[in-house]
Amino acid sequence: MTTSLPVEHGAEPTGTEDNYLTCDRGIKSWIFTLDHKRIGVMYLIFTMGSFLLGGVFALLLRTELLTPQKTIMDADTYNQMFTLHGAVMVFLFIIPGIPAAMGNFVLPIMLGAKDMAFPRLNLASLYLYVLGAVFAVLAIAMGGVDTGWTFYTPYSTETNTAVIPMTIGAFILGFSSVFTGINFIVTVQKLRPKGMTWFKMPLMLWSLYATAIIQILATPVLGITLLLLIIERALGVGIFDPALGGDPVLYQHFFWFYSHPAVYIMILPAMGIISEIISPFSRKHIFGYTFIAFSSIAIALLSFLVWGHHMFTSTQSPLASTIFSALTFSVAIPSAVKVFNWLATMFRGRLVLKTPMLWVLGFIFLFGIGGLTGLFLGALATDIHVHDTYFVVAHFHYTMFGGPVMAMMGGLFYWWPKFFGRMYKENWGRLSALLVFTGFNLTFFPQFIMGIRGMPRRYFNYPEKFEIFHQLSTIGSYVLAFGFLVVFFTLVHSLFRGKKAPANPWGSATLEWRCPSPPPHENFIEPPLVTDPYDFSILEYDEASDCYHLKPSAKLAEDGEVA
Amino acid sequence: MSDHEPDHNPHVAHHYETEKQQFESGKLGMWVFLVTEILLFGGLFCWYAIYRANHPEVFIYASRYLDKVLGGINTIILICSSLTMAWAVRAAQMGNNKLVVRMILVTLLCACGFLGIKAVEYNHKLNAGLTPGRHYAPRHEEQAGADPAVVDPASAAGDANPPVAPPDDDKSLIAPAARGPEGLNLGEEKAQGEQVPDNVALFFSIYWVMTGLHGLHVLAGMGVMIWLLLRAKRGEFGPHNFLAVDCGALYWHVVDLVWIFLFPLLYLID
Repeated sequence: MTTSLPVEHGAEPTGTEDNYLTCDRGIKSWIFTLDHKRIGVMYLIFTMGSFLLGGVFALLLRTELLTPQKTIMDADTYNQMFTLHGAVMVFLFIIPGIPAAMGNFVLPIMLGAKDMAFPRLNLASLYLYVLGAVFAVLAIAMGGVDTGWTFYTPYSTETNTAVIPMTIGAFILGFSSVFTGINFIVTVQKLRPKGMTWFKMPLMLWSLYATAIIQILATPVLGITLLLLIIERALGVGIFDPALGGDPVLYQHFFWFYSHPAVYIMILPAMGIISEIISPFSRKHIFGYTFIAFSSIAIALLSFLVWGHHMFTSTQSPLASTIFSALTFSVAIPSAVKVFNWLATMFRGRLVLKTPMLWVLGFIFLFGIGGLTGLFLGALATDIHVHDTYFVVAHFHYTMFGGPVMAMMGGLFYWWPKFFGRMYKENWGRLSALLVFTGFNLTFFPQFIMGIRGMPRRYFNYPEKFEIFHQLSTIGSYVLAFGFLVVFFTLVHSLFRGKKAPANPWGSATLEWRCPSPPPHENFIEPPLVTDPYDFSILEYDEASDCYHLKPSAKLAEDGEVA
Repeated sequence: MSDHEPDHNPHVAHHYETEKQQFESGKLGMWVFLVTEILLFGGLFCWYAIYRANHPEVFIYASRYLDKVLGGINTIILICSSLTMAWAVRAAQMGNNKLVVRMILVTLLCACGFLGIKAVEYNHKLNAGLTPGRHYAPRHEEQAGADPAVVDPASAAGDANPPVAPPDDDKSLIAPAARGPEGLNLGEEKAQGEQVPDNVALFFSIYWVMTGLHGLHVLAGMGVMIWLLLRAKRGEFGPHNFLAVDCGALYWHVVDLVWIFLFPLLYLID
């Protein structure tokens, strides 16, 4: 093998010079590509575009809330804005964001595989995503939707806004998500190369696997729910219409059966990214590997048993509410297992406070607040008090934004050199993380206080006493937006002016750092040696090229193993 | 890993090491996909279960308007088609492409027969005004008067002279069950079995949506079979390359299975 391989690969077009970006050129080579890396990059561009769109909606909302009365838009426009903000952020950005964009890129490489199990299905998933996005844009063009992103019946079957295009869009996006999930499960199960056992897999893969389980088990239920909503609206079959014997609350059950697990579609891959970054940036083996791995699976399974906590005030029986409340608390256990293991990883480590690590620290802090305030909402008595207030808004932004978005940004800065082969300006990256962290807390912490004091969510007007909090929050959102502008410029600048990235700039031991940056078409020039993904003793720092290499002894071991 | 022969095997894609790996991946992928299908229908069955528990009298009453004989024939047709499809898989494994073509043709015929009978049934329902939700406007009420339970539904639907004027779709002929939330709690209704229960339209909503979605899956399955048919005609299948037939057959069996649950749940209540 050692003699024949280099020769064979030298003959192929994917030598050391060509990478996945340059091996094939032209727009067609992108549209019809089956390469998981290119599909991942396209997903990245689209999800970031959606993030921008959803962010603009958010800024408009916050600007409207600067004064207690009308500021820049009327009440109906406001209703549409928060609906579009929610729908775009949830369905177009955060659900596909980490799994489809980053997962697509890194999953096969981390595993040591050449591609996803079903490259065509992968491309189909991207096409469906674009098609779903087209429907969402169509809905916006047709006058928007004002139901809130949850499309609760009976209002969603009665309003005159473009509910059908928006729900068709979400329906299609669901299938895109299912296809990604199928690919992840099969790839992880079947495409592991020799030596890559389940417990040698990086934790990111455990997270993505758990995510995929949720994607395939929950998303079809959302599909059928939205389909029923569309049929109800178009044909009036009466499934959610009490006048015809239907039950509008059934919609809520169906919807949350998907949409609660969906929040774990968002957070689980984020947790995977944290596990990947925290270990190399603490220069220490991850603490409690098995616990972190199984806590991902536990979260995936528990996520299906807690949907009722969205419905404590929706005619659910007190017994059901009590059970759902107890189950909700139980999710805190695997989540806390992860957080404590991350903290233990950092404990007595040598923290390297580069950009990815700053995002990770931000994540742990914000997710901690988000998770703990979740307990207030999971407890029946306090939930009745703060239900549908800004407390809920603040809570889920701390978990959904403080969680996945912070992690996604961390992952973006972590893998950016691998994605595009360029290093960004370290200090700009640090500045952006700091700005986003500050802006985020300024935006959402006042909302906790408002919520406790009774400010309901989704209201256009508010009493004067909340004005100061709303203004703080709005100013925070501007800081937040500025932070993301810095992120954008840092990354785009690096593409044109950045230093060429070495194969392993951070000193990580997972496999994606063994292939060149950016990776060649088939990911690895020669099959990589599978080692413990968090054992950094096999690496040595090379000062001349400012990068890490496998120690010669590790290479020797590889030859020995093969022989 | 050192042997690169698999790369030259035309049946194995570049990112797989071996034929076995590719086959197992394909099979696993198909099974996972079928899980999502089951969950898709699962939402509907859940809907069925909840509303049947809430309104048992509606289901008992309205299921009499479905034609057990036609439904039964369709069940037999689908079960037979599953057999021929499984036979096609075996033929593909043996490399007998001619037999694959024949078996898929028979399966296709069965699928057409199923949809044909379904179309007859749908037509009866449309003519009888047994349409879902707010479109529900049963015509037998006008014809047969006060005791619809006595009327044999099939003959009622068939014999009823189709009215010349098209029904006014906007106005249900049955007074809407304006019972508000109490309509959900019909415990006392059971006692009055002879009367037409409220919310009969619910049953037909469920009937149309569930069989309709199932019908769409049959259509999709027919599309898959035509694709397989063309490939078999080119003689593509053999002992090393029958994954497509295998997966197509798995899909078809699930479509069959869904019907096997739908038939008793909708047709055989009373």
